[in-house]
Amino acid sequence: MTSILFFEQLLNGVQFGTMLFLMSAGLTLIFGVMGLINLAHGSFYMIGAFSAALIAGLTGSFWLALLASLSGAAIAGVLIEIIIIRRLYRRDHLDQVLATFALILLLSEGVRWCFGAFPLFLDIPSNLNGTLPILDNLIYSKYRLFIILMGFLIAFGLYILITKTRLGVRIRAGQNDRQMISALGVDISKLYTIVFALGASLAGLAGAMIGAIQSVEVGMGEPILILAFVVIVIGGIGSIKGALIGSILVGVTDTIGRIFLPEVLKIFMEPSSATSVGSSIGSMLIYILMALILIIKPSGLFGKN
Amino acid sequence: MKKLTTTLAALILMSSTPLFAHGDKVKVGMITTLSGGGSGLGIDVRDGFMLAVKGNKNISVITKDDQRKPDIAVQLADKMIQSDKVDVLTGIIWSNLAMAVVPATVNQGKFYLSPNAGPSKLAGKGCHKNYFNVAWQNDNLHEAAGGYANSAGFKNSFILAPNYPAGKDALTGYKRYFKGSLAGEIYTKLGQKDYAAEIAQIRASGADSVFFFLPGGMGIGFMKQFSQSGIKLPVVGPAFSFDQGILKAVGEAALGVKNTSQWSKDIDNAANKKFVKDFKSEYGRLPSLYASQGYDTGKLLISAMSKAEIKNKDKFRDALRKADFESTRGKFSFDTNHHPIQDIYVREVIKEGKILTNKIVSVGLKNHSNAYVSECKM
Repeated sequence: MTSILFFEQLLNGVQFGTMLFLMSAGLTLIFGVMGLINLAHGSFYMIGAFSAALIAGLTGSFWLALLASLSGAAIAGVLIEIIIIRRLYRRDHLDQVLATFALILLLSEGVRWCFGAFPLFLDIPSNLNGTLPILDNLIYSKYRLFIILMGFLIAFGLYILITKTRLGVRIRAGQNDRQMISALGVDISKLYTIVFALGASLAGLAGAMIGAIQSVEVGMGEPILILAFVVIVIGGIGSIKGALIGSILVGVTDTIGRIFLPEVLKIFMEPSSATSVGSSIGSMLIYILMALILIIKPSGLFGKN
Repeated sequence: MKKLTTTLAALILMSSTPLFAHGDKVKVGMITTLSGGGSGLGIDVRDGFMLAVKGNKNISVITKDDQRKPDIAVQLADKMIQSDKVDVLTGIIWSNLAMAVVPATVNQGKFYLSPNAGPSKLAGKGCHKNYFNVAWQNDNLHEAAGGYANSAGFKNSFILAPNYPAGKDALTGYKRYFKGSLAGEIYTKLGQKDYAAEIAQIRASGADSVFFFLPGGMGIGFMKQFSQSGIKLPVVGPAFSFDQGILKAVGEAALGVKNTSQWSKDIDNAANKKFVKDFKSEYGRLPSLYASQGYDTGKLLISAMSKAEIKNKDKFRDALRKADFESTRGKFSFDTNHHPIQDIYVREVIKEGKILTNKIVSVGLKNHSNAYVSECKM
């Protein structure tokens, strides 16, 4: 196990983490500002990927497709917020979970109706195809570097938005005291719609960027949704900073764990059972991490009590 | 007098002609995956089966969606057996669902014809006289891939599959036939779509070839990322990641990859030509191996119905066992554990005009059965 390989796996972990961040930032914002548990967040990931595949198929441009994923998911977010989600803010969490779970089923079947049950094709642009030598012995996928870069740019953008703009002030105020800011004359329902659409569009962008190297298919959002929940629990619910650090932590732990645990176990066991045991424990690692963090800090790394 | 004998002869003939003898109806319950991830497979099996039984007035089919969940599949099977009174069940795609449904079904005296899942348990110790697998035993295509790897001169393979029973069957199957050494062996998470970490391991391992079993969306991700990584190793796998429904989504990254399958669009026989043509005109797309399995299941059922009445279970079972139907795969028979003996081909992904599809390059394993026959005491 060379240090070059270790560094490459570290990069893979960070890349996975930045994608998780795009998902969990929206999720944690929506929970922090509106107090809504949105299980249907993964569906926006799927909607983004399908919008991108549709536009890429029509125009052949990856960049237009990325734009389409942002706007497609944002439009879907606005519509769904106005028609359904708006009625859920005052209800308790169980109602929200039930209703947004129903949304997952509706949206998945809706997408299947429109696009069929077979996976769609979405490719990365040709100038990001291939690899880039970043160190002497280390070559790394250009597209994955692009994903890391995008992730950190968006994290920076969100930081500016939350701390330096008027909208950001309102979002922070909304997190602290919902009644007070509506009493101050802020149109709270418009603010909620904007936050929801923002979260949805980030998820949609993640879906398109990942869809291009994985697969664009119905139900693609649910596995990543579970991880996004793990991230926001680790990071502290409502905290964007927590979401960023939690994402990177989960991404790196997952990647490093599932690769190196079997290798370590091979010292004690015969190879094929070491692989099987190691990968089983490897896939549990992030949940073990979550449990440990919750024992030490019950409200997550950056959560308020 | 002569007239009378001819009439009599004709009557005797007619009574032995199955069409006239057994006008009884057979009710089929089809439980398959029609929604959510993986529904492409279920839809293909259903469409293939419905095409085979199309126009047959003696067969009625109830189709239900199992959503890829074992508990739902079990509920559907109970309902179909108890209130719909079906005679034959079929349709299940996934091995874990088959393990949940098949034993109870066959123990209640119903027939189960598997159009896809073939877990080793149901082929070996858990085999049953009323269970027939019309597709393959799970290990089969992987065994052929191992055989192909030898003939292609691979000496040092890197192998990977998801960490679940069919994934373990896959690596076992490959290792059973592959004579070279292993550069690495990885079990990935079931449903995992990102293989950056595994691909880095492959690059560092010094392997001369890669074998992978990653069905459905998992394989799409792997193939795309593998081709983007710039690693130029030959790849071999079972047909599940290269079937007609998936190739479109993988794109050019799949071109030239060798994969093993018991069926291919270009197998040269009349039944297959008719199947491919009819499927295309009925559904407007090319069939996949799953569709061919559904189709053969339908044809097998029809062949048994023409020989025996479903009420006479023993005779009907014998009729099924004969497998006297024109398979799209050409030669097809059942071994004593009711799993197929058939040729397994090596295919290559090619481009026909604008459509990616497969072409047979050689026969991987001839008249291949499975490793569990001796464990099955029926």
